[in-house]
Amino acid sequence: MQQDLTEAFVELIRRASTDLPPDVEEALREAYNREEEGSAAQSVFSSILENVTLARQHSTPVCQDTGTPIFYVHYPFGWSTLKLREQIRTAVQEATRRSYLRPNAVDSLTDRNSGDNTGQDFPVIHFEEWEEDYLQVDLTLKGGGCENVGIQYSLPDSRLKAGRDLEGVRKAALDAVVKAQGQGCAPGILGIAIGGDRGTGYEVSKEQFIRKIGERSDIPEVAALEERLKEEANSLGIGPMGFGGKTTVLDVQIGAAHRLPASYFVTVSYMCWACRRNRMIVRDGQVSYQ
Amino acid sequence: MIRLQTPISEEQIRALHTGDVVQLNGIVVTARDAAHKLMIENFIKTPEIKRPELYARLKPLLEGGVIYHCGPVVAQNPDGSYRFVAAGPTTSIREEPYEADVIGHFKVRAIIGKGGMGARTLAGCKEHGAVYLHAVGGAATLIAATVEKVEDVLLKDELGVPEAFWVIRVKNWELVVTMDSHGNSLHDQIQAASEQRFKELVGLA
Repeated sequence: MQQDLTEAFVELIRRASTDLPPDVEEALREAYNREEEGSAAQSVFSSILENVTLARQHSTPVCQDTGTPIFYVHYPFGWSTLKLREQIRTAVQEATRRSYLRPNAVDSLTDRNSGDNTGQDFPVIHFEEWEEDYLQVDLTLKGGGCENVGIQYSLPDSRLKAGRDLEGVRKAALDAVVKAQGQGCAPGILGIAIGGDRGTGYEVSKEQFIRKIGERSDIPEVAALEERLKEEANSLGIGPMGFGGKTTVLDVQIGAAHRLPASYFVTVSYMCWACRRNRMIVRDGQVSYQ
Repeated sequence: MIRLQTPISEEQIRALHTGDVVQLNGIVVTARDAAHKLMIENFIKTPEIKRPELYARLKPLLEGGVIYHCGPVVAQNPDGSYRFVAAGPTTSIREEPYEADVIGHFKVRAIIGKGGMGARTLAGCKEHGAVYLHAVGGAATLIAATVEKVEDVLLKDELGVPEAFWVIRVKNWELVVTMDSHGNSLHDQIQAASEQRFKELVGLA
């Protein structure tokens, strides 16, 4: 008999929505320290940090746009994904009732808001069976402002003089940051996918947001590109909210997927500074959060 | 930091420049898409003022006043009064077709929102003496905490909670001037500078 995790999922959502992961908060604090005393940029970081503290104290959403809930479920052999899906959907409804989530699911044809954050393909749930003996669920909440500045490039791109190589990826990624300016609630985190088809490109780019800030790719060339892009994006001077400043991105994280010989997509997803994520582990019936 | 208290004079506005950080105190009126459309159709682009009672209530609030692009989450207290729970800014550019006319008609001194606005609003700010103040996107709880009191609400039932005119009293709200009354937009400046730097980085300069 599989245990009922509905209440555990509600707690996962509460934690994700009303607090930031320690690594993200630390990156924001470092960004605050880098900016000049009395500058507009420093004022933004001060407001952001104060807002996070208040949200945590009051258990209220860090941002009123609680975004698309995206669940990544890794489950051991024998678990029913049917039951997990049902429990996640019920938990999302309950979390909306408790105001951890704003009603955010709108019927694209009738414009009607379902009022409880469930609907067609909403929330988003990815299931993957694995060889571990425990259940792991990662949740990210991705707001609309930053989702709107996501972009996909098909290389080669003659405007950017970007070819089908890591140098081309670099040019496309920097172009995406310049296009976004402050609109995605900078400083953001760039999740980049190299390759895949158009659909998996966006999926892989968003999976990067599960990684901790500063966690580098296992592939040395990709890790080097992540570092370089972070430094170069920050030299653009866009700054928090686009006011100018030293921090335009908090990090850059890159994944890759196999592609067709004919295609070379570079997909850039943008996560706002309010990078809300949390992880739940269920081992031997015990639930813990990270 | 520069302190602003409503009602704000044109002289105070003219002294502000892009990049200045201000601390706002006093009365702010929220207005987003439906509210702007209503003001244009009933008060501004019309041979005579329609809905004169509403006009009479809004006019003194907006003269020398502040408009905030925001659809708040509002809770009702047991005594029937309201409090702001989450009140971050919404994207301002949607009001670009209306804002210059609203500023000119009511002598609004400041617009608060996020993302900045376009050339028409910038020209309106210059002509009539107004500024655009940028709030921190996502700082919903913090901004709600600066709201000392919800003084009034207009057209709550007609427009719905997010679109109604909420009249709020704010205390020490920190904002950044990103469009001033001298024709400068920080958004345009940052965009130009970052595009230049981008071209250098990728060898397109």
